Amino acid sequence: MTAAVSTTDPTRLRAHEMARALRAGQLSARELTEAHLGLIERQDRAMNAWSFVDREGAVEAATQADERFDGARRAGPEGLDALPPLLGVPVALKDLVLQRGRPATAGSRILQGFVSPYDAHITERLAAAGAVVLGRTNMDEFAMGSSTEFSAWGPTGNPWDLGRVPGGSSGGSAAAVAAFHAPLGIGTDTGGSIRQPAALTGTVGLKPTYGRVSRYGIVAFASSLDQIGPFGRDVRDAAMLLSVLAGRDERDSTSADIPVPDYAAELPQSDEEGAASLHGVRLGLPRQYFVAGMEPDVEARVREAVDVLGQCGAEIVEVDLPHTDYGLATYYIIAPAEASANLARYDGIRYGSAARDGDVLGDYLATRGGGFGTEVKRRIMLGTYALSAGYYDAYYLKAQKVRTLIKRDFDRAFESVDALVAPTSPTVAFPFGARLSDPVSMYLSDACTLPVNMAGLPGLSVPCGLSNGLPVGLQFIGAAWDERRLFRLGRAYEAITASADWRALEPADLPALDDPSTPSPAERSSAGRAALDSAAAAV
Amino acid sequence: MASLSRSDVEHVAHLARLGLTEEEVTRLVGQLQHILDQYAVLAELPTDRIPPTAQTIEVENILRDDLVTPSLGAQDALAGAPERSTDYFLVPAILAEADP
Repeated sequence: MTAAVSTTDPTRLRAHEMARALRAGQLSARELTEAHLGLIERQDRAMNAWSFVDREGAVEAATQADERFDGARRAGPEGLDALPPLLGVPVALKDLVLQRGRPATAGSRILQGFVSPYDAHITERLAAAGAVVLGRTNMDEFAMGSSTEFSAWGPTGNPWDLGRVPGGSSGGSAAAVAAFHAPLGIGTDTGGSIRQPAALTGTVGLKPTYGRVSRYGIVAFASSLDQIGPFGRDVRDAAMLLSVLAGRDERDSTSADIPVPDYAAELPQSDEEGAASLHGVRLGLPRQYFVAGMEPDVEARVREAVDVLGQCGAEIVEVDLPHTDYGLATYYIIAPAEASANLARYDGIRYGSAARDGDVLGDYLATRGGGFGTEVKRRIMLGTYALSAGYYDAYYLKAQKVRTLIKRDFDRAFESVDALVAPTSPTVAFPFGARLSDPVSMYLSDACTLPVNMAGLPGLSVPCGLSNGLPVGLQFIGAAWDERRLFRLGRAYEAITASADWRALEPADLPALDDPSTPSPAERSSAGRAALDSAAAAV
Repeated sequence: MASLSRSDVEHVAHLARLGLTEEEVTRLVGQLQHILDQYAVLAELPTDRIPPTAQTIEVENILRDDLVTPSLGAQDALAGAPERSTDYFLVPAILAEADP
């Protein structure tokens, strides 16, 4: 079911291995970048993970990186030590991170043709760290969705099964990292948009503490919930990327002035050391996270993972987060309310696409009615309704109060445990179209992740095995600012499962990506939808 | 909880400045009602004495020096404008000709 792991192909390396090979002169940044671009250009028609491939910019950045390596080598070992951590290492940017001179559509028709006039804070950070941005990845429109099917540019396929979604909203970055199109990816997570696609694609994804990473230059969705975070193929890579992204930036008033450790350097090197770090750790298992509708086999994988953690020295205690069941309703009031305010800026006057219909009001109605897709319109409507006169107290204020209760549940849990361990997603990757007809079924995809955003906490998803050949994610949830512990736990879990059979497997549909007769995700998805429609008509 | 009429949906769409087709309005009446029904669970919870949470991290007021620093220039700011006139965004007239 899987291709043999090639040891000579540089795209198969982890980011920290690439960084080492580049430094050692075993590989040039140009070669590494060309290898990735070649893969993307050959394979992405069948996956649609990328909305823009920046060959020119990537080659230029790689060439500069090689010049810096050459200069540093002439300067001796100190010169190499002084180079930034990601010099020459490729990265995928979610299509809502501004990069000067490049398009940024956030998956929306209303931003078709928009070119960023400035760099986001994290774009500056990545450039300073020497990273090579390969391009921009597909996403649900304005990050609203859990499948990447709500992108105006068509859905993205999951490399484990191209007939299924990669999760969302950061599905393009997750699929790109899973399929070796990039070793590192950037996502944003408002209710699970990093962790859920990480789970569904067998990658590692972290949603940092609210305030950890500056959001200056990121297209806003729900401002009290949005956070930027890393994807990688292992915990060390995600940790290395967070150290580059995190830290105070005065242009985002919610970014916190809290020291950022060198997360990757602090991680245990050997598997023995990683496993030993579990001793004495108290992990809470929230009863309420095994939600109704969870697939039994997903629950089985998660419980097996928790058992292994327990056998290797962690103390597992069941905990209660009694307001978990109210998370979904609370989230689907607060996030749309904030979105309805944030998306008021798309007016067809200052930037973005515009439609004309007589007068200013007509222009607004036509621009926004034609520019936004179905899910975005639904959320704007929900949010506007929840904030409107007569309903504010019953919906928005009520939700903010319940948000307090959800946060208190976590505060109480962290009085007695070091971190929580839970499922990331109640299901594995689902087929295209399966949740499009019922918005509430799509919203349930995030039942185990969105309470973490409501409380502003960090959450890490790591792969913990397969269910019928599809990846399952294990989520570690920490106290605020405790990403360090999550990375240690994730690394420890990798260490104690290092020899598990499933770790050796690559996404099963990688060979299909190389087959020119493989249909594109849009073709598969419309075929799937047509089949659903005829099935519905037959009933 | 509240039941949603077609005119409610049209009113909210107007507030949100969203031009919707007749078909979209019809679909949204049902879909929004279904979602609002999910919100009903919140009414079970007594929250009279619970303060609302708008912000999860405790960041104190942060002050900076009142210095003039460069900001986005007019050409960059206008670069994405659908219509412009010299250094201005162009919009349709919003005031009618004054009556004599």
